[in-house]
Amino acid sequence: MVNLVMATPERTVIERAERATEPISTSTSESAVPLTFQVKNLSVWYGEKRAIDDVTLDIASNAVTAIIGPSGCGKSTFLRCLNRMHELVPKTRVEGTVLLQGEDLYSSTVDPAIVRRRVGMVFQKSNPFPTMSIGENVIIGLRLNGVRNQKFLNERLEKSLRMAALWDEVKDDQQRLCIARALAVEPEVLLMDEPCSALDPIATAKIEELIHELKAEYTIVTVTHNMQQAGRVSDYTAFFYLGRLIEFGPTTKIFTNPSQRQTEDYITGRFG
Amino acid sequence: MEIATPPAVATVEPHSARRAMAPPSRFGDKAFEWLTLAMAMAVVVLVILLGWELWRGSSLAIKKFGFHFLTTSTWDPVADQFGALPFIYGTVVSSLIALLIAVPLSIATAAYLTELAPLWIRQPLVSLIEMLAAIPSVILGLWGIFVMIPWLRDYPFPLLKRLFGWTPFFTGPIYGTSMLAGGIIIAIMILPIITSVSREILRSVPNLQREAAYALGATRWEVTRIAVLSYAKKGLFGAVILGLGRALGETMAVTMVIGNTPQIAASLFKPGYTLASVIANEFTEATTDMYLQALFEIGLVLLGTTILANLLAQLLLQTMSTTSTTRAVQ
Repeated sequence: MVNLVMATPERTVIERAERATEPISTSTSESAVPLTFQVKNLSVWYGEKRAIDDVTLDIASNAVTAIIGPSGCGKSTFLRCLNRMHELVPKTRVEGTVLLQGEDLYSSTVDPAIVRRRVGMVFQKSNPFPTMSIGENVIIGLRLNGVRNQKFLNERLEKSLRMAALWDEVKDDQQRLCIARALAVEPEVLLMDEPCSALDPIATAKIEELIHELKAEYTIVTVTHNMQQAGRVSDYTAFFYLGRLIEFGPTTKIFTNPSQRQTEDYITGRFG
Repeated sequence: MEIATPPAVATVEPHSARRAMAPPSRFGDKAFEWLTLAMAMAVVVLVILLGWELWRGSSLAIKKFGFHFLTTSTWDPVADQFGALPFIYGTVVSSLIALLIAVPLSIATAAYLTELAPLWIRQPLVSLIEMLAAIPSVILGLWGIFVMIPWLRDYPFPLLKRLFGWTPFFTGPIYGTSMLAGGIIIAIMILPIITSVSREILRSVPNLQREAAYALGATRWEVTRIAVLSYAKKGLFGAVILGLGRALGETMAVTMVIGNTPQIAASLFKPGYTLASVIANEFTEATTDMYLQALFEIGLVLLGTTILANLLAQLLLQTMSTTSTTRAVQ
């Protein structure tokens, strides 16, 4: 039940809200692209404050989708809704649906811990567990899954470290260690919340290269402050502003020929 | 004259600028530094003076009994024979019992309060626990004599005897007043301090650590275990040591329930005696010089035990931190 192109109702909702003069395409493209996430009419409240306002968005499989927008636009909240991490904040309320491979993440029968095992996450600041060795850090996710087979753990350790390009140069690169840790459980999706914002340009380049390589096996959704980075790494870009999805489409189009005035203003640096 | 005015203004400007850059009087800074230094030194001096006074007050006993004071068990004021071993034993064992009971309880309570409890329940619970710390020791002792001991004697002690009677620790007649009762009352007394310090330590664990575990699909218990408790290990150890310090010196309540019999017995149902209790109990009746001197030496031993426990803890903490850094570099 892969819904390829969003039906018109969502578009009319957006038009009614007078956010756009022309309808926003919420689908990744007009052709048949396999989808990992289908987000429909998602709204999120923190207490009384509305952080996400009626967002409808599809996320293509084996592609990098970048979410851009100024601080406080709800891009991190949106990302956290994709693996139910926002629920850790008290008094959060969610409306709308998020489908992962067609399954409703917010159905009452779904265990958030299982969702998070399928949808991995890397954070803005690297957060390895300081009391564990590098190896223990990487395989802790598998241990949590009840894997006890030492041979399997060793194989997976090597594989994830290789994928995170850490195997050959085991040094103090904590963010890549965190990526390796997220990859070890073999999730379907990798969410990255500003993974490079605390890194220097060289480390950033390495992570970007890594994102490029990981695309072959994973669906990646990344939040970034850095528009050049969105342009370099992503296939699709979503622009959020004040909790709303302003524009979504292929990155090349968003960056070269945005259809919304606000997108253009943000991308050209007129506000941010 | 009119022409002369502008240069005059111009010379004032750099002057005032220089004044702004000149250091302000440093007197306040210096005074503050010396004052705080004096305060800090006062604490050290106090401890040294305390040790010195105890040493002076017990010099005759130290000369007479020497090292035997620590290794003999006779406590006979009539014959002027004094040995502190049963008291050292009583203090150490009752404190260890207290830690055994209080540490799991306190850390579990702290973990519940920071990780699991619904928000509305947290503050009332914290206040209640802090209130427990405010109960005067003597009141707790009275409660111990009239409520806790009869209850212990009737229910938990016989049960322990039935289940673990085959070990040497739970044998013999049950009087109620006992080493175990002393340990339990100390546990109640050190529970609040360990809980509130542990709670502060768990609260200081960065949220990012918890998120890292949650993002791997950890359950709440797993998050608490791998991200919170192991991160806070060192701090929690510190909280336990703080509790141990209290336990070693605890006097009033434990004196009222431990039975005050200077003996070394394996069974925890037998009465015991602690260093602090013997000073409190016998100070007024110390009629001979040597008796008083022996009690002073008991005080010295208590001070030494506390300091020794803290030093050992520091040492343990240091080995803990070095192993954790080597692990991170691995």
